[in-house]
Amino acid sequence: MALYSEVVMDHFMHPRNVGVIENPDGVGQVGNAKCGDIMKIYLKIENDIIVDVKFETFGCGSAIASSSMATEMIKGKPISEALTLTNKAVAEALDGLPVHKIHCSVLAEEAIKSAVKDYYDRNGISYDPKFFPDCEHCEHCE
Amino acid sequence: MKVYADNAATTKMSDIAIAAMTDCYYKYYGNPSSLHTVGQEAKEKLEDARARVAACLGCEPKEIYFTSGGSEADNQAIISAARSGAKKGKKHIISTAFEHHAVLHTLQRLEKEGFEITLLDVHNGHNITAHQVKDAIREDTCLVTAMYANNEIGSILPIPEIGAICKAAGVIFHTDAVQAVGHIHINVKEQNIDMLSLSAHKFHGPKGVGVLYARRGIALQNLIDGGAQERGKRGGTENLPGICGLAAALEDACAHIDENAAKVSAMRDKLIAGLSQIPHCALNGDPVNRLPGNVSFCFEGIEGEALLLYLDAYGICASSGSACTSGSLDPSHVLLAIGRIHDVAHGSLRLSLDHNNTNEDIDHILTAVPQVVSLLRNMSPVWRDLQNGTREYIL
Repeated sequence: MALYSEVVMDHFMHPRNVGVIENPDGVGQVGNAKCGDIMKIYLKIENDIIVDVKFETFGCGSAIASSSMATEMIKGKPISEALTLTNKAVAEALDGLPVHKIHCSVLAEEAIKSAVKDYYDRNGISYDPKFFPDCEHCEHCE
Repeated sequence: MKVYADNAATTKMSDIAIAAMTDCYYKYYGNPSSLHTVGQEAKEKLEDARARVAACLGCEPKEIYFTSGGSEADNQAIISAARSGAKKGKKHIISTAFEHHAVLHTLQRLEKEGFEITLLDVHNGHNITAHQVKDAIREDTCLVTAMYANNEIGSILPIPEIGAICKAAGVIFHTDAVQAVGHIHINVKEQNIDMLSLSAHKFHGPKGVGVLYARRGIALQNLIDGGAQERGKRGGTENLPGICGLAAALEDACAHIDENAAKVSAMRDKLIAGLSQIPHCALNGDPVNRLPGNVSFCFEGIEGEALLLYLDAYGICASSGSACTSGSLDPSHVLLAIGRIHDVAHGSLRLSLDHNNTNEDIDHILTAVPQVVSLLRNMSPVWRDLQNGTREYIL
C-alpha cells in the first residue's frame, strides 16, 4: 500500500526486537486500548548501556513500525543517548509517516522514556520529572 | 493470489455495464435537452434507462431521479422531507444509530436548524425492530429514514414492516438501500417505501451515479439548481453513460439475485463458520437477516489496520472499522452502536463477498486470517495481559 513508506512496511512486516525480556531492568507502557495504541518496552541495562530491548505493541502498522525502529535506534546505546531520541528522529528514520500517524512515533519516544523512568525508580536514581511526560493525559487520547 | 473481498466498499464493473457505457459514449453523445436528432436519441436512451430502473424497483419511471450517487440521493430525500414537514410544523425525524454518514451528517445539520432527531438504538446488538419505529413515531414526526441493510455489519432491517407502520401513521419513509439494491429483492410499492437511495457502483455499475426514487406526491427540494433536467429537481446535464451503465448493471443484478445470493451466502456461511473457530472473536451483525456477502468480526487483542496490511500482503483486500483506518480517533460508529466497546471495536474486520469470489478465495482467507490474527496477538501487550489474567476478556 502506498499509505506507508517502504521502510515503514519493512519494519511492520519484519518487526525487529519483538517480544519480552524476562527479569527486565526497566519496563514502560504507554497508550491505552480505548484509543487503539499500546506500546510496551522492556530494557536490559548494564553499566548505563541498553544491552537489550524488546517491545510489544497493540496498534496499527505505523505503531508497530515505530516501535521496531525506535528499539533499533536505542539498542546498544547509553541511556543518556536513548533519552535524547525524539519522535521526529523515529519518523525520519522511517522515511516519514502520514500526518495523522505522527502520534505513533510520539508513543515510541514516550514508551522508551517511560521504561528508563522505571529503571531509575527501581534503582533509586534521581531524575528531573519534566523530561518524562505523562502519556495518560496527552491530548491525543483525551 | 488476489482475493477481492471489499465489495461493500465498491464492486468491479460488469462487462454488461462497461458495454452499455461504451455504446453510449460512441453513439449517444448528444445532450438529452437538445432538440435535434442526436439530442433526442440521447433523450430516448435516458428515458429507456429510467424505465428499466423503475421496472427493477417496482415503480413508475417518473418516480426515478438520477443523481451523482447514494450520498446525494440520501441528502436530497432527507432535506426534502424535512422541508415539507417544517411547513406543516412537523420537525421530528426518526432514524437509526448505525446509518451511513450521508444520512447521519444530514440529520446533524437539520438538528442544528432546530429539527429534533431520534436515533433508534440497535437494541440487541444486531438490528432494530419495526416496533421501535412504531413507538418512536409522534404527532410531529415528518420522516422515518432507516437503511435497508447496514454497510459494515450486514444486518438487513425489517423494511416492509417499517414501511407498513409509516404508511399507517402517515409519515414519509425513506430508506438508504445502497447496500441492498441488486443483492436482495426490493419492491418499493409492495414494501411501502416512499423514497429510496441507491448507488450503481455497489452492484457492478459505474461510480458517480445513483438514483433517488421518490413516490409521486413527494415534494422534492433541489440540492442543485439549474436546468429542467430530472423534472426540474436536479439541475445539470445528465451523466448519460453512467446512467446507461447503472441501468444495465441493475437489470443484470436483479435478474440474478436468487442465484447470486445462494452462491454468495454459501461462501459467507463457510467463512463465518471458519473464522468463528478463532478464539476470542465475535461475529458482528444479525446472524439471520444478513446481506449475502457480509462477514464482519471483532478479534480481541489486535488492531484492525495492522490486520488489513498483513492481509493485503496475502493478496486479500478487506476493510476495518478501526480508528486507524477511519482517520479519526474513534472506531466506527456502527460498531459502537452495536455495543462493541472501543477496545474490541479497534480489532474489526469486514470481508464483503460477491459472485466473482470462489471457494478457493474462501479457503485462502481461512488460511490467512487465523495466521495474521495469531501473529499480531503474539506481539500485542493487550493479548499478553488477557492470557496471563491481568486483563479480562471481553469476547
